[in-house]
Amino acid sequence: MSAGDLEIQTHPIAARVTHWLMALAILLLIGSGWRIYNASPIFDFRFPEAVTLGGDVEDALALHNDPGVASALAWHFAAMWLLALSYFGFVLWNIITGHFRRDFLPIGPRLFWRDFVAAATFRLQHRLGVYNVVQRVAYWGALGSVAMMLLSGIAIWKPVQTYPLEVLFGGFQGARIVHFVFMTAIVLFIVIHVALVILVPKTFVAMTLGRATAVPHARKGDA
Amino acid sequence: MDFERRRLFGGSLSLGALTLLTGCDISDHESVQKALALVSRWNDRVQAAIFGANRLAPTFAEDQAVKAFRYNAWYGPDRSPRLDDASYRLTFAGQIADKRPWTIERLHALPRVSQITRHVCVEGWSMIGKWSGIPLRDFLGQIGADTNARYVGFECADGYYEGIDMPTALHPQTLMAFQLSDDILPTRYGYPFKIRIPTKLGFKNPKFVTTIYVTNQQPRGFWTDRGYNWFSGI
Repeated sequence: MSAGDLEIQTHPIAARVTHWLMALAILLLIGSGWRIYNASPIFDFRFPEAVTLGGDVEDALALHNDPGVASALAWHFAAMWLLALSYFGFVLWNIITGHFRRDFLPIGPRLFWRDFVAAATFRLQHRLGVYNVVQRVAYWGALGSVAMMLLSGIAIWKPVQTYPLEVLFGGFQGARIVHFVFMTAIVLFIVIHVALVILVPKTFVAMTLGRATAVPHARKGDA
Repeated sequence: MDFERRRLFGGSLSLGALTLLTGCDISDHESVQKALALVSRWNDRVQAAIFGANRLAPTFAEDQAVKAFRYNAWYGPDRSPRLDDASYRLTFAGQIADKRPWTIERLHALPRVSQITRHVCVEGWSMIGKWSGIPLRDFLGQIGADTNARYVGFECADGYYEGIDMPTALHPQTLMAFQLSDDILPTRYGYPFKIRIPTKLGFKNPKFVTTIYVTNQQPRGFWTDRGYNWFSGI
C-alpha cells in the first residue's frame, strides 16, 4: 500500500453476524451472571442490582419469594447456547477462511513488546484493517477467556456429570472462582475494546456495515 | 390426589420486571417470557440426555462431612412442621400397586445405606453431608411402583411439592434419608425423611415427605413454579 492509498477494513457477513451474536450473548451472560453471583457471593461484595439482569428484585420477592435469581438463571442458560453457537461459528469460520492466520498472526513476546512500547509512548501507527500485535494478543486473550468461561461454566452447571472437569479447576469452588476471574478478564477486554472503537469509530462502521475506508493519517511520532 | 391445584401456581410463572443493562424494562414482552420458558424446556431435554443413570456423584471422606449442616427454606426453622410419630402416615398415589400407608416405625425399620455426598444449591453454595437411608429404588420396588412410568412426585407437610424423572428416582444414590450426620433427621431438616438426590440441585431434595406418587404427567415443583428449571440436574 502506498502512502496515498485509502485504508480499507472489510468484515464478511459471517464475521459480523457471529461477532454481534457473541456480543449480545456476553452482555446477557454478564448481567444475569452478576445477579446469580449476588445470590451467594464468592467475595466480600455484591454487584449493584441496577447493572444486573433478572428483573426487579422487590417485585420478584413479592411475587415469587425469590430475588429474581430464577429469571437470571433462565437468561444465563439461554444465552449460553447463543454464546456457544456463535463462538464456535466464529472460530470455525476464522480457521476455514484463514482469517486467523492472515490477521491474528504472527504474535510473539518481542513483537508484542515492540508494539506495546509504541502504544505506551503514543507512537503506534494506526492503520484501519491491520491489527497491531497488542491488539492481536488481546483478541486471542478474549477468545481464550470465552473458552475458559464455557469450560468452567460446564463444570459449575454439571458438577456430577462432568466431575473430572471440576477436578481440573481445583473443585467446585475452584471452578466458580475461575468463572469469576475470566468474567473479569472479559469485562476488562470489553472496556478497552469499546474505548478504542470510540477512538476509531470507523471500526464500528466496518463491523456493522461490512466495510469502512479511511485516509491514512499523519504519523504523530514522525513530525 | 388433586393434581389440578398445581395449575394455580403455574399462573404465577412470570419473569417479573426484566430490566436490561440499559435500564429498559422488557418485562411486558410476553415473547421474552415465552422464549425463556421454551429454552428451559429444551434444557430439560438436554439434561435428561446427558444424565448418566449409573454415573455416581462424587463421594467424600467422613471428616469432610459438615455436622452443622446449613438450614435452608423459604421459612424459618421455628416454623418447620412437627410430624407426630403416632399420627404420621406416608401415603401413595398414582401407578403404585400397594398403596397401604406406612408408619414412621415401619419406615425406620428399613435397611439403611450411608452416603457422604455434596449438596449443591441453585444459588451457588455447596456443602458436603452424610445421609443414611434406603435407596428410593428399593423402596419403590417394595411398594410395587410402576418403574416404567416417567416420573415420581412428592407432597410435603410444609406445603412443598417436587417431582423427578424416573431415571433419577432409580439412580443408586437417590435415597429416602432418615439420618443426617448419623443422627435421626432433626425436625428442621425434614423429619421423618427427606429425598436425598446428589445428582440434583438442592431444591429438588424435598423434606417432610407425606405422599409419594408415580405418574406419566410431569409433576410440578415449588420452585419450578417460580421460574426455576424443572430438571435441575447437576
